[in-house]
Amino acid sequence: MKTYKGKSVFNGIAIGKICVYKKDEQQVKRSKIMDVEGEIQRFHKARETAIEQLQGLYEKALTEVGEANAAIFEIHQMMLEDEDYLESIENIIRTQEVNAEYAVAATSDNFSAMFAAMDDDYMRERAADVKDISERVLAALKGEDKSKILTEEPVIIVADDLAPSQTVQLDKDKVLSFVTVHGSVNSHTAILARTMSIPALIGTDLPLDDTIDGKMAVVDGNQGCIYVEPDEETMKLMEGKLAEEKEKRELLLTLKGKESVTLDNQKVLTYANIGNSRDLAMVLQNDAEGIGLFRSEFIYLESDTYPTEEEQFKIYKTVAETMAGKRVIIRTLDIGADKQADYFQLAKEENPAMGLRAIRICLTRPEIFKTQLRAIFRASAYGRLAVMYPMITSVAEVRRIKEIVEEVKRELQQENLAFGEIEQGIMIETPAAAIISDLLAKEVDFFSIGTNDLTQYLLAIDRQNEELDSFYDAHHTAVLRMIYQTVQNAHKENIWCGICGELGGDTELTRLFLAMGVDELSVSPGKVLPLRKIIRETRVEEDREKLLQTFL
Amino acid sequence: MKSFQYVITDAEGIHARPAGDFVKAAKGFASSVKITKGGKTVDAKKIFGLMGLGVKQGEEVTIDVEGEDEEAAAAALETFLKENL
Repeated sequence: MKTYKGKSVFNGIAIGKICVYKKDEQQVKRSKIMDVEGEIQRFHKARETAIEQLQGLYEKALTEVGEANAAIFEIHQMMLEDEDYLESIENIIRTQEVNAEYAVAATSDNFSAMFAAMDDDYMRERAADVKDISERVLAALKGEDKSKILTEEPVIIVADDLAPSQTVQLDKDKVLSFVTVHGSVNSHTAILARTMSIPALIGTDLPLDDTIDGKMAVVDGNQGCIYVEPDEETMKLMEGKLAEEKEKRELLLTLKGKESVTLDNQKVLTYANIGNSRDLAMVLQNDAEGIGLFRSEFIYLESDTYPTEEEQFKIYKTVAETMAGKRVIIRTLDIGADKQADYFQLAKEENPAMGLRAIRICLTRPEIFKTQLRAIFRASAYGRLAVMYPMITSVAEVRRIKEIVEEVKRELQQENLAFGEIEQGIMIETPAAAIISDLLAKEVDFFSIGTNDLTQYLLAIDRQNEELDSFYDAHHTAVLRMIYQTVQNAHKENIWCGICGELGGDTELTRLFLAMGVDELSVSPGKVLPLRKIIRETRVEEDREKLLQTFL
Repeated sequence: MKSFQYVITDAEGIHARPAGDFVKAAKGFASSVKITKGGKTVDAKKIFGLMGLGVKQGEEVTIDVEGEDEEAAAAALETFLKENL
């Protein structure tokens, strides 16, 4: 057994034979031609074919990995329309009276050298894009559809590096994993690999020759290594892990694209919680129907100073666009307590969980709040955004928030900045809010129950304190009754009510939540499909009373 | 001719995707659009030129728009930069 280390870009296990993929770089010969104009036309025809192929790849990537990741193929098309690039090729053909292949290859070398010489890692990587588009044109000149990787049985592809167009063209049924010697985390290949959910390693120090070609191997994306000709023990261990993963993947396949609806037709929205725009790929992969909790505080926590309106706007806009019309609920900043950012200069508190945090900061320092609201409202022009406010305890707070929101809207209108329709909701996470949820329901468009804080405040138990474990009951009747009461009060005012805390993903309670009539469950992306499975297997009506009685 | 300055705030600078979007936006107008950074000027309707400038966060660029629809083009491109870069 030989072990090679690499940098993992996507977790997971793959077991299979290695196929060393040598990039068959087009061998280009320089030859004199007679018909210059004819040759230029031949080049343009090939170029058009290449652009058509890229359009196909763009559309494929769009549905598989989302707009943000598909954009590269659109950029590749633009590169093939770049006047400087075209002029250079035409010039070489014309002045040197040479074949189109040679002109494309020479231009490719020149343009990629320009990127390779730049003092920026990201831009240096772009040299690969120039080569990629040029190779595509060369293949089209030859009359081939470029580089479809073909194998009979599923394999682990090992290569020096893979161009983005190659990775998206991979027939996923035939590829277990890919391992490259080069490539960086900035490369599109790495980004695409993550969103395609193929375990992948980059920067792996292994020989690209016959010593590994065709050999049995295991890629362990969790540990970042590949075992070539693994011993029995390793094999057994990895087979076990693979079986677990396979089970999960199968669940995914059968449930993707399906509605989260019970056998007796009760619809529940299964949304995902995310703490970062980088989690978006996971949301798409797991087929969440929306984002039920976008924890905006990461923007503040990752910054050394107050993030500007523009910085925030860009992030919210990306999320709105990526989710393409699906609902995205942005929770306004929830700083304070255990989440501290130095530049807020919050005083040290005796009891931070009950201190100056979340909406209390926003209402004390409305300039910070308004900056965030402006960014959210402006981004709402690009998708279906909703906003929710954390740590609410009173109707007066909600009314004050609504006043500030109206100010923001007025300002935006005066500045001629577009914004869309935004639903406004609140988190129900204090006992006070739950108890007056009948009053609060008249003020807002929806509720989302934050069970973590609600439980902590209701039971007066700090969950961080291990010594209290024996007193802590996550399914405490008080908590469950409070949830039920909140749902009922929401429905009385015809607004919807979801759960975004940890209990939302607690599958022991899913049937109960269905019985209560909870409208939405927002859980970590990986839990969306298991939850959907339970929902689709449940019949609510006949067990409703029994369930409510048992738990409440 | 209409000119304006803009300081890039995006952490990644004018990388491939926004460069592509900017070129697309610039191509929507009849006016010529030039972008200058540190004495180097390129045609903003050409993606290789724009990416080749290698504009990073904190760097200032000057946009010069000239042509029949320069007013509208300058306004649109300035909004684009503010919203995306």
